[in-house]
Amino acid sequence: MNALYSLVFVFILVLIPLFGVGAGHMDFGFGVCIPYTAFALFLSGFVAKIFGWAKSPVPYRIPTTGGQQLPYDPELFKQSKLDNPSNGFQTVLRMILEIFAFRSLFRNTSTSLHETKDGPVVAYASSKWLWLFAILFHYSFFIIALRHLRLFLEPIPFFVNGLEFMDGILQIGAPVMYQTDALIVVGLLFLLLRRLVDAKIRYISLVADFFPLFLILGVALSGIWMRYYAKVDVVAIKELAMGLVTLHPHVPAGIDVSFYVHVFLVSVLMVYFPISKLMHMPGVFLSPTRNMPNDNRFHHHENPWNPDIKPLAYESYEKEFGPFMAEAGLPLDNPENAKAPEEG
Amino acid sequence: MSMPSADELFKSIDYNPPASGWMETPVNFAPGNWCYPAKKDMVAYLQGYMPDAFGNPREWSPGEADWKLPPNWKEIVMNGFRERLDKFRSLKVFMDICVRCGACADKCHFFIGSGDPKNMPVLRAELMRSIYRGEFTLAGKILSKLTGSRVMEEDVLKEWFIYFYQCTECRRCSLFCPYGIDTAEITMMARELLHLVGVNINWVLEPVSNCNRTGNHLGIQPHAFKDIVDFMVDDIEEITGVRVKAPLNEKGHEILFITPSGDVFADPGIYTFMGYLMLFHFLDLDYTMSTYASEGGNFGLFTNNEAMKKLNAKMYAEANRLGCKWILGGECGHMWRVINQYMDTMNGYLQGSHMETPRNPITGTVFHNSAVTKMVHITEFTADLIKHGKLNLDPSRNDQYKVTFHDSCNPARAMGLLDEPRYVIKNVCNNFVDMPAGTIREETFCCAGGSGLNTEEIMEIRLRGGLPRGNALRYVQDKNGVNMMSCICAIDRATLPPLADYWAPGVEVCGVHELVGNALILPGEQERTMNLRQESLPGFEDEDDDWTPPNM
Repeated sequence: MNALYSLVFVFILVLIPLFGVGAGHMDFGFGVCIPYTAFALFLSGFVAKIFGWAKSPVPYRIPTTGGQQLPYDPELFKQSKLDNPSNGFQTVLRMILEIFAFRSLFRNTSTSLHETKDGPVVAYASSKWLWLFAILFHYSFFIIALRHLRLFLEPIPFFVNGLEFMDGILQIGAPVMYQTDALIVVGLLFLLLRRLVDAKIRYISLVADFFPLFLILGVALSGIWMRYYAKVDVVAIKELAMGLVTLHPHVPAGIDVSFYVHVFLVSVLMVYFPISKLMHMPGVFLSPTRNMPNDNRFHHHENPWNPDIKPLAYESYEKEFGPFMAEAGLPLDNPENAKAPEEG
Repeated sequence: MSMPSADELFKSIDYNPPASGWMETPVNFAPGNWCYPAKKDMVAYLQGYMPDAFGNPREWSPGEADWKLPPNWKEIVMNGFRERLDKFRSLKVFMDICVRCGACADKCHFFIGSGDPKNMPVLRAELMRSIYRGEFTLAGKILSKLTGSRVMEEDVLKEWFIYFYQCTECRRCSLFCPYGIDTAEITMMARELLHLVGVNINWVLEPVSNCNRTGNHLGIQPHAFKDIVDFMVDDIEEITGVRVKAPLNEKGHEILFITPSGDVFADPGIYTFMGYLMLFHFLDLDYTMSTYASEGGNFGLFTNNEAMKKLNAKMYAEANRLGCKWILGGECGHMWRVINQYMDTMNGYLQGSHMETPRNPITGTVFHNSAVTKMVHITEFTADLIKHGKLNLDPSRNDQYKVTFHDSCNPARAMGLLDEPRYVIKNVCNNFVDMPAGTIREETFCCAGGSGLNTEEIMEIRLRGGLPRGNALRYVQDKNGVNMMSCICAIDRATLPPLADYWAPGVEVCGVHELVGNALILPGEQERTMNLRQESLPGFEDEDDDWTPPNM
């Protein structure tokens, strides 16, 4: 049901620019006003969220340790520097691997139950499918986003040209097919199917999980459509894009409506981003279990709101148990406490 | 309550979630699904010290409809939630960034053993996250159900009680989360909120109030504590012919030794405690123990950060009073989590200026890795002694054991203490084998009784949660003949024996220093014919075998 709602919702989102531009001729609205508004909301929402997180302190250092700690004797025991970092450098390496290689997800296993002749068995098998398709999806998305810079920058930076060359190196069809265009769809479809097929994952999936998948799929498919099938006027689009970034917005005539569908879906994505789980992108950098070294035993770390709480005073302990302690031969700080209250 | 057999229980596990959505699926409040609430006087006692952290003392039962919550309970919980979002970035970030990828879903021992979808860490956290979205986010307020939001109701609070007391805060899910979302952290926050309105369990609050009052979670008073220790000294004398010293509350020693009181109270922990005493006697160590700080474990960790701080502070307070330079800590799971992650931050300022970076007086090794906490783990200490050849060991005295090692969750995943205990075990035993990869070291499985859940009334839940550990144990039992599982946690020593009896009958449980005590050759000792459990050593079985009950 959640998947269906999301799908229908994205369909409606596609219809809006189709009617708005196709029938209503609101080219300026969809080409300029909506993208500007969406970008402003994206930027302000994104920054506000990060500031909101950063405002809350990290009172305690709680890194998850995935290996041997910094030992007292490095000859005898070998520290797992990446999984149990003890300084900033190791922590940065850990974060880089986490962010660029999805290292924790690479560890993923699947658990299954088996009844064998020797009794029940709980089995764990490496399960890297989620890692693989998540990597495919994210890297494709990242490269596609970078490729789009050629529309917004003049001259086009060398790395964008390089990226574009590499991405189309197979030279299939005309215009040349980008591999990432295919891979992002494959990645998205896997992530979608996984949510639908695996009963456990389906059970936890909300509209908020399906919607971004369908939305990004809509963005990708509309992009593919306009490039390979509608064969939109790229020169005109670049003119529009350059107008947007130089704050001289103007809409050239003759851009296919599929472009407006693409831009509208991207705008929705931008507005939706800061209020959704998509914020895992900046959030992973702030995750307190991953971005801190495990150095609490040898570096002081301050809690800004450390409450003023004292232990139960030893004096009152000795007062309560003094007579028993004296009888048992335990030393007392105050000999008076050896007497039972009624004696004193 | 009748317990299903291990096979029946295993067959009953179904990973297919129910047909109804999780928000619509009611919680089962039958007895056996919840821990008993705290006794009224326990809450009242704690309220006297920390009035804001613990709710109204009262008689109530989770099985009844009316939990006798304060009339403004919703306001208290919501204000507490907001306050914690502002005080803990972890909570705020973890509420926002989960993508529900499900990588954590089958990592939780309670899920693996029960199949209850609300035991998937992602869904456990969603129980709280749905409220966060509904009450604190704009999108959640507007779109409500589409974003998986809901508002705080009494049913939600009751659901929290069940499921946040079905999380042992073992952190295994965090290891697998691509964003490091730590359900233990979320559970801790949820429990803080539950405590605000007096929704609690006795197996956490009674230990907390006992630790505050008597110094240890069992409520052993100082004279009784001394009696128990003296009994163990007697037992050691019977086994070895050597009378070891057991200094208590003495001033002017270099080292303060603190271990979980579970090791003083019940077997098999007491054998571990005897191992410590023998080791210290062998070394003629300049140390003392304390009755005032006679608990290593910190049950405050399972309530709120206030109680955790209060209980932990005793360690430094006592080191100051007795004039000790540093603290040696015994085998305890969450004690080490508190020491490693919280102690210096919470209470470092209480350290007296006489305290020094720990230095092993026998080998001269300086423990730079504990320079600020001034606390060394006993397996680090013993490993150092072994490396320098300072111990006289006869590992063959442990030859009747085929030993495996259970990485206790907290030292493993909140600290990374993995190789030190293994090094010690391998030097005091001839037969050591690890359980399969994926169930040990940082991927270790919980005993299912951590975080104050080692209580009898939820035994079936514990045994279900114990399936992954028990099954891995069964594997090395069948394959390698393992008959002893060692560990470095007193809660493990309390909870693993029933778990092993159920899932891998025939395997016993011990602490690492029990094995050390068995192997250690004390100067002037008599010929040893029995181990610390007073069971015959190999080659000395005859007398026992000839003995028949007199009336047969």
